[in-house]
Amino acid sequence: MGVDRRQFLKIASLSTLLGIGGKAVFELLAPGELEAAVPLMEGKRWAMVIDMRRMTDEIMDECQKACHSVHNVPNFGDPKVEIKWIWKEEFEHAFPDQENEYVADEVKHRSYLLLCNHCSNPPCCRVCPTGATWQREDGIVMMDWHRCIGCRFCMAGCPYGSRSFNWGDPRKAPKELSPDFPANPEFPTRTKGVVEKCTFCDERLAKGELPVCVEAANKKKEDLLIFGDLADPDSNVRQALRKHFTIRRKPELGTNPNVYYIV
Amino acid sequence: MLDRAIKGSNKYWGWLIFLLVIMSVGFACYLYQFKVGLKITGMSRDVSWGLYISQLTYLVGIAAGGVMVVLPCYLHDYKAFARITVLGEGLAVAAIVMCGLFVMVDLGQVTRMLNIIMYPRPKSILFWDMIVLNIYMALNIVILWNVLAAERKGIHYQKWVKVLIYISIPWAFSIHTVTAFLYAGLPGRHFWLTAIMAPRFLASAFCSGPALLLLICLIVRKVTNFDPGKEQIRTLGSIIAYAFILNIFFFVLELFTAFYSQIPGHMQSIVYLFSGLDGHGELVPWMWAFVFFAILALVLLIVPGTRRKEDTLAVGCVAVIIATWIDKGLGLVIGGFIPNPFDRVFEYWPTTPEVLITLGVWATGFFVLTVLFKIAVSVKEEIAA
Amino acid sequence: MYDGGKIIAGLVIGLCLLLSPFFYNAGKAAKAPEPELTAKAKEAKQCVADTAYMKSRHMHLLDEWRQTVVRDGERYYKGSNGKVYYKSLQVTCLDCHSNKSKFCDQCHNYMGVTPYCWDCHLVPKENK
Repeated sequence: MGVDRRQFLKIASLSTLLGIGGKAVFELLAPGELEAAVPLMEGKRWAMVIDMRRMTDEIMDECQKACHSVHNVPNFGDPKVEIKWIWKEEFEHAFPDQENEYVADEVKHRSYLLLCNHCSNPPCCRVCPTGATWQREDGIVMMDWHRCIGCRFCMAGCPYGSRSFNWGDPRKAPKELSPDFPANPEFPTRTKGVVEKCTFCDERLAKGELPVCVEAANKKKEDLLIFGDLADPDSNVRQALRKHFTIRRKPELGTNPNVYYIV
Repeated sequence: MLDRAIKGSNKYWGWLIFLLVIMSVGFACYLYQFKVGLKITGMSRDVSWGLYISQLTYLVGIAAGGVMVVLPCYLHDYKAFARITVLGEGLAVAAIVMCGLFVMVDLGQVTRMLNIIMYPRPKSILFWDMIVLNIYMALNIVILWNVLAAERKGIHYQKWVKVLIYISIPWAFSIHTVTAFLYAGLPGRHFWLTAIMAPRFLASAFCSGPALLLLICLIVRKVTNFDPGKEQIRTLGSIIAYAFILNIFFFVLELFTAFYSQIPGHMQSIVYLFSGLDGHGELVPWMWAFVFFAILALVLLIVPGTRRKEDTLAVGCVAVIIATWIDKGLGLVIGGFIPNPFDRVFEYWPTTPEVLITLGVWATGFFVLTVLFKIAVSVKEEIAA
Repeated sequence: MYDGGKIIAGLVIGLCLLLSPFFYNAGKAAKAPEPELTAKAKEAKQCVADTAYMKSRHMHLLDEWRQTVVRDGERYYKGSNGKVYYKSLQVTCLDCHSNKSKFCDQCHNYMGVTPYCWDCHLVPKENK
């Protein structure tokens, strides 16, 4: 007998490896599709400075309306299952670590604009088991709705409550609350069972446009939402941070959030 | 040996059919959840993990508890436990099966489940949890089957099985440590952000697992011809006593840190659980029930008279299971999410479909347990004959 | 044969169940799919790649697109004809092929595949 069992197994596994590997090599070398390099909006650490001194409730509502309509965010009208990418919150709930019985009236009585902080040290990305959320090179904490398995570990990990889960089909949201849903035919909706949040409008940044909330706010008052690159010492955000005192949400947790509030 | 599972008394089949009914109801509810989404549960944007994940956490503890029978037997030559190691391993297998099912029913996109394997992220504790739990289940199935088969043939099991047994002992500790790490490393959840989470989990596992095993052994003695043994039950009782004392002690330590430091982040969840926060207190009666059963269990387990008598020991074990279940299977996960990151209280209570799915999974676990124990006990009955 | 009656009965039932789709569809031959191009698509003459490639591998192309767009941030694709396309199912593909029920669904329904892309990606409204 020529080949014994051990030799047979060796030959069989080697052939299988070559077969699979060979196919991959063939596909790699096949005449293929090139990627075109079209210049994107460059940045190393996208951040936002929000001037709360001049912000008003109406403008914040405009920001939410703009964001939620461009991204087809459904309105269920039920806080249990609500989905929000950007929203308003009172001071004591936006900054609960600033426990203070005698907060300045101006600071206390206004609402604050909250969104994902796109932290530089994001706990949500650490805990995601599939990499459906990850930190991009430009600092944006991104979402891949194709890969999310809906385990909601990122929601447990986020200290800021920035993430929403699609408890049901977003397309089944009540029509009365959002009659023109989905408002934007150029952006997908999501499906039930995935987590979503603000992505700093990465699809607009790729075209060289500012995030929708920034555009909406700055249309009403200049420089209300300053969006720029923290890594560039001469950027608009760095200039604003040099000039004004700012606070961030829960800085003691080490997440290094990139949304700053001028109070 | 599988044929032992399909030959049984009417009571055996009656029990299996009863479990199958519960499993079918649960499965039907799950199909509804699969179609409509997780909104049929009580979970919300603020309390994004609920009954499913809390049961998973409790059951990993039960699975790890099997090691309390294996460890004395193999590391300390306590040969009396050799009689029931197979039962401990069977309980571990059934518990891990339930853990896997609870993960699956909790996922929003369960058809994408294999993404964890296709796109591994070693930084994520969930990735490691999946690995250690699956390996632990495989270890226990292989060990159980080989030891039982060897027993049936009247020979000693092969040497390589011993290696696996030695691995399974620290592995049992690791599964529950990794599960604790799921919670203990999240910066935004102060109720969970404590180094003692893993020790608490382990202590709770080592009393709840053996307690369940003890109760099942008493049932086995009653309904079959196999007697796990009086000495075995007694030793298990002592182990449960020590583990439960440790469990409660660790809990009291948490209370000290929270209330002596007076830091709101540490205190608030405990206050919510035991006395209510902002007018919300759904879990308060449950947590005080936990205190009652904990004290009952402590008394019954510490007093030698009640611990050594099997009927009071059984009551003590029931009290341990109820207490640990409320603490881990209800208070831990829900308490971690309340108050939410905005310092608000948004309560959670499971819905009926959610409870039915949960019961369906528990029934599946008990089905697996019954089948495995039937095989094991049948083999042991045959050898004794 | 031991338990022969039960075995043969089981085999017959099993075979019937296995072959039931054929009995169900007996006599009904499904029409070959006829995907219709819109006027805009006909005008463009060529898709992002040639027709034969798209017919056999459009799902691979879309899979690669979603991988490179979402995960690598590369949103532009240079076709074999030298033209640069914006990689988007909704904005690019469905811009020309805006008649999903007469185009995409024709082959998909015939083959019995239900791609889950449509769970999220929006389809332009068609005039029936």
